[in-house]
Amino acid sequence: MDHVIAARAQMGTSLAFHIVFAALGVGLPLLVVIAEGLWLRTKKRAYYDLARTWSKGMAILFAVGAVSGTILSFELGLLWPTFMKYAGGVIGLPFSLEGFAFFIEAIFIGLYLYGWERLSPKAHWLSGVPIVISGAVSAGFVTMANAWMNMPTGFRLENGKVVDVHPIAAMLSPPWLVEVLHTTIAAYVVTGFGAAAVCAYALLRRSAEDRREQVRAGLTIAMIVAAIAIPLQWIVGDVIARFDADNEPAKFASLEALFKTQRNAPITIGGIVTGDGVRYGIVIPSGLSLLVAFDPNAEVKGLDRIPENERPPVAAVHYSFDTMVGSASLLLLVAIAWTIAALRKRTLPRWLLVGIAVCGPVSVLAMEAGWFVTEFGRQPWIARGLLRTADAVTIAPGLDVQFYGFSLVYVILAATCWWLLRRVGNKPRGGERTNVARSRT
Amino acid sequence: MTPVLGAALVALGALALYAVFGGADFGGGVWDLLASGPRRDAQRDAISNAIGPVWESNHVWLIFALVTLFTCFPPAFADVMTYLNAPLTLALVGVVLRGAAFVFRNHASDAVTLARSWTLVFGAASIVAPFFLGDAAGALATGHYAWTSPFALSVGVFAVTLCAQVAAVFLLRETEDAALREDFRRRAIRATLAVWVAGLIPMLLAHQAEPEFYAALTGAAARIAIAIALLLGVVVMLLVARRRDGLARAAVGAEALAVLAGWFGAQFPALVPGRWTLESAASSPAMLEAFLIAAACGAVVLIPSLVLLFAVFKRGAGSAASESATGELH
Repeated sequence: MDHVIAARAQMGTSLAFHIVFAALGVGLPLLVVIAEGLWLRTKKRAYYDLARTWSKGMAILFAVGAVSGTILSFELGLLWPTFMKYAGGVIGLPFSLEGFAFFIEAIFIGLYLYGWERLSPKAHWLSGVPIVISGAVSAGFVTMANAWMNMPTGFRLENGKVVDVHPIAAMLSPPWLVEVLHTTIAAYVVTGFGAAAVCAYALLRRSAEDRREQVRAGLTIAMIVAAIAIPLQWIVGDVIARFDADNEPAKFASLEALFKTQRNAPITIGGIVTGDGVRYGIVIPSGLSLLVAFDPNAEVKGLDRIPENERPPVAAVHYSFDTMVGSASLLLLVAIAWTIAALRKRTLPRWLLVGIAVCGPVSVLAMEAGWFVTEFGRQPWIARGLLRTADAVTIAPGLDVQFYGFSLVYVILAATCWWLLRRVGNKPRGGERTNVARSRT
Repeated sequence: MTPVLGAALVALGALALYAVFGGADFGGGVWDLLASGPRRDAQRDAISNAIGPVWESNHVWLIFALVTLFTCFPPAFADVMTYLNAPLTLALVGVVLRGAAFVFRNHASDAVTLARSWTLVFGAASIVAPFFLGDAAGALATGHYAWTSPFALSVGVFAVTLCAQVAAVFLLRETEDAALREDFRRRAIRATLAVWVAGLIPMLLAHQAEPEFYAALTGAAARIAIAIALLLGVVVMLLVARRRDGLARAAVGAEALAVLAGWFGAQFPALVPGRWTLESAASSPAMLEAFLIAAACGAVVLIPSLVLLFAVFKRGAGSAASESATGELH
């Protein structure tokens, strides 16, 4: 395998893997804290059982998130040392702050998971709150670093050396706010739909008849989070697209597969991307000009304005974008249908349960596709205008072996995780043996 | 104090705390793998209960050290990550599998085959990670990144024994079962003997093959720290044998810190001897100042949180800890 491709494949696989656990690590604590809070308020057993079940899932997911995040922080240096040599001294601040946020998360997750019997109910519930906050905050800090990679600011280059560093300006590069919002909300979208999907699936399969109340409560809490998050995500997504049109033209032209700069620019959905255009796509005339500037006559920059050696892989960006928008459309429709049904206090019809169950994997697909848009869309740069990906890669040999090795680790971790989570869901509380190692040997 | 020195102290402090607390968790994995005798399962329970609530926050010291290094000393970080790519990748695999395996085996406890396999992975990974971290440290300390040299490999072995020693001594205070405590006491004594031997070997190898580093180790700054480490090694043995477990815990932590202080002292002010000094690798003053302000603000939140965590789970002997683990698995 080509050296640079092997490095990119390893980084991409690591991110694609980690982002799922990271998102659930941000979102699940919120669901758990809501469920436990409802128990404290109502003293209904179902809420307590729900919080206990979710917190067991959280224990597994958070651990895998923590170790896969460790892989990424190492890979920054192991795979992209030249990037870190330039970027470390400019964009290190959000990483450092993220370190503290991660610390708080890890400390309180220990208190929360192991504190059910040791802390008073109120204190235990309170120990969950810092996890919710620090999870969102750490996702925000990491995304700030990614925002900087899209628009590096807060320094000057002089004879190939980084000078005049302004750490705060670097941390707050132009896209920081929209990117942070988009990423953090994505975590709640994925967790909300993911948890709701598990509950909907259990109701459809009638696999938890003895815990119906618990499963219904879980479905409602998760769908409330999802139904608030997904419309917000659409609004932020719209803002980000406009931002990209102005500030990241190469990415924007690629995700819309707009090859020619033009007035009355159309929206093209799907199609087959060729070297210089899209064939067989669904075309909405003037749609893009309307969306970007609210004016069908507005000019939109196409890929022809981007030097050929600075263009992203158009097909990958375009298809990822369409996948993201298509998936998010389904999520929005299901969220609206659920909201209407819930407001009318109707029993959820079967088709809606099926829809919610489908939205679990679809929300993950949307998030991954969105991540692909921003990462492929930044290529060939690792830090746009500053350093090309191919120039940032390590000179250390053996990257293809590493890629296969880590991929294998991910497959094993994912399979074990899946298997354990299914057991957490399938097993009612109480029937379990209590000590850790008794039957282990 | 200059910002460069301040940043270096933060990085070294994080590394040192990782060595003690993260090291103790790795050592727990070693003893989990070596669990034996009639109380084998009880030993593993005690280890799980001791590590469970704290391993994730102990692990963050590593991330924090890494982040501090690439924020404050980026070219040296890039250099080390390039030339020590192989041992650090292997250490990373160990770190990752250790954490995942620990949680997996605890949550699979009644699926015997699966739990047993992950228990094995947990133990093996708990050896692999400190071995290669120690190896990388040895390779870095000599300045020529020779991670397959006998010296570097011997530092790896030393790191594993040190982790095992710290863990065994820490475990003395993690159980109220007298028989179990004597199991760990035997292990603590053996591990201390192993540390004496495994600690001498890198010294001898450095004397033979790494004259410059040996000279640095016997230089003024390192000499005091190493003498203290040797002394504490003896003190730990006496305290463990005399059942002064609380004091032994403090002494073994101090011993590990002294070992690291010896290493740092031998290198100072070089970050990678012969290649990077603290000054030559340092980020701009603006970055260092911003980092130090962030670290100070972070510490205000971090320190009380850590105190709370350890106060809840590490006060007194293990009764409380076993309760909590039961709770988590309900």
